[in-house]
Amino acid sequence: MTTAELDPSESASVQSYRGLVARRIAILVGLSVALVLSVAVDVSLGPARYAVGDVLKTLFAPGTADLQIRVVVWDIRMPMALLAVTVGASLSLAGAQMQTILANPLASPFTLGLSAAASFGAALAMVLGVSLFPGAISLMVPINAFAMAMAASLLIFGLSTLRGVTVETIVLLGIALVFSFNAALALLQYFASEQALSAVVFWTMGSLSKATWGKVAVTAIILAICTPLFARRAWALTAIRLGEVRASAMGVPVKRLRLEALVLVSVLAAVPISFVGTIGFIGIVGPHVARLLLGEDQRFFLPGSMLSGAVILSATSVLSKAILPGAVLPIGIITALVGVPFFAALILTKGRKSW
Amino acid sequence: MVSLTLDKVGARYGRRQILFDASASLQGGVLTALVGANAAGKSTLFRRIAGHLRGAGAVQLEGAHDHELRYMPQDTGMTAALTVYESIILSLKQGSGGWRLSTEELRAVDETVRRFNISHLVDQQLSELSGGQRQAVSIAQTLVSRPKVVLMDEPTSALDLNRQYEVLESLRLYAEETQAVLILAMHDLNQVMRCCSTTIALAEGRTLAFGPTLEVLTPALIRRLYGIESRVERCSRGAPIMIVDGPAVQDAI
Ligand SMILES: Nc1ncnc2c1ncn2[C@@H]1O[C@H](COP(=O)(O)OP(=O)(O)O)[C@@H](O)[C@H]1O
Ligand SMILES: [Mg+2]
Repeated sequence: MTTAELDPSESASVQSYRGLVARRIAILVGLSVALVLSVAVDVSLGPARYAVGDVLKTLFAPGTADLQIRVVVWDIRMPMALLAVTVGASLSLAGAQMQTILANPLASPFTLGLSAAASFGAALAMVLGVSLFPGAISLMVPINAFAMAMAASLLIFGLSTLRGVTVETIVLLGIALVFSFNAALALLQYFASEQALSAVVFWTMGSLSKATWGKVAVTAIILAICTPLFARRAWALTAIRLGEVRASAMGVPVKRLRLEALVLVSVLAAVPISFVGTIGFIGIVGPHVARLLLGEDQRFFLPGSMLSGAVILSATSVLSKAILPGAVLPIGIITALVGVPFFAALILTKGRKSW
Repeated sequence: MVSLTLDKVGARYGRRQILFDASASLQGGVLTALVGANAAGKSTLFRRIAGHLRGAGAVQLEGAHDHELRYMPQDTGMTAALTVYESIILSLKQGSGGWRLSTEELRAVDETVRRFNISHLVDQQLSELSGGQRQAVSIAQTLVSRPKVVLMDEPTSALDLNRQYEVLESLRLYAEETQAVLILAMHDLNQVMRCCSTTIALAEGRTLAFGPTLEVLTPALIRRLYGIESRVERCSRGAPIMIVDGPAVQDAI
């Protein structure tokens, strides 16, 4: 990235570009600050009420705090707060790149059927006790969910390698997948016991309550692997937004890039979904917020969509604890309830076209 | 010196053969026009030369590498949330990988922006451009990396009269400076006569004629290409202009 210093010998257009870059960096810094604050508030809130000072003391000097608050802060609240960050960042980045490569503002892990497939996989485990990979009984639900989500994206992936398949076809197939998996899920629910049914319903609402340090680590590692792979393709991914023909005219191997990105996006989305269930909205809103704030130069759009997704999910996590004192509402519900009006306001007030 | 030779070039979409025999031998430094009726195969020939389509025959490039070829597609909308300046930078940065922009790169963008008279547009969003502005920006995107072979599909179709002259003159200067091969698919034959020193005439996927523009664009060829009666005269400043008399009478073809 360029530095922001102004050199009087430079032309007006270079200076104004440097100004634009400086503003974009400032926005990224602002989002980072918002994220840190949101995580801090998230950790200090919860059904058990502790003074902020005690929480801070436990965070920075765990040795001096008493056992109970230490367990609550370090083993319950921190993993939840951090999982909100990694999951928000992953789903938003996955949505951003799906929208980029499929040239469709509605593409997201949710609209392409990955979430629906994961819900169906999870329900298989909860209702029928069917494990797609025998052995790990304790991890049956997330493993089933992951396997189904990957199967759905493999299907999309396989289809997109066929000749003559356009991006529109892929998006339509994704929507068909959503309906199919939802129907299959409904069928399972119809035959489910009451206990299994409530487990399925709770899972599909999306919740961070099963957060562990292990899940935080897995999602963080996947982000750490995928992000540089996208970053290396930043210019090509930006070019693809000028249209397939223009991009290939610039020498971008569009087909190959699209397949590579689809693989990355599948893993990036499937793992968080299998941990937290359906948090549908982030994959669409995160990228749109980033696009409105930062434009689509991937050097800013890529970190921007991760940050905006993380901030939104983290702030939602805060809200899910603050709305009903003493209770933690499922985060998937809050994302949609609070996210939709916010999103609509953003799109309607920002004068220019967002797609 | 760059040269481009087309030897019996063919191309097909699936089973449908569009291009049968396009042959020409072009030298850098001047503008070459590619003319022909709608659906004659002009865009298809460009895609074939750019390597997006495969087919029979040979495209030979001398004095330039494959990556120094740039193709500007026919005008299509651009919806990306990018400013004009960003869209030109990204064209320059393709293939280079690095995120950092050097002063030379910024200078190259600046020079191109000035050359095509779009300095006043640099901060605008792509989606807010008019058709003509978009075309000018497209040209800048295509030339910012200083390619040695340039294929432009109807680069002036949306420009007003004055901008057509400006842009074609800038393109002519660019060819002269860089000794690049520039082929422009064009419909306005008067502009062709004024700015392009050589012309390729394409009909139904075959080159009918190729050579110095005034020798190619004869009334007989124009009748053959477009079914139009015309003659070439001189304007008050001595430049050749084509006068259209009207559709050819059937039995005259
Ligand atoms: N992608 C495509 N698939 C199939 N046929 C095509 C495609 N693009 C163009 N054609 C056909 O090829 C012929 C030549 O088209 P084109 O090269 O675009 O003509 P021009 O640019 O000279 O107007 C037309 O008949 C058109 O229908
Ligand atoms: Mg054409």
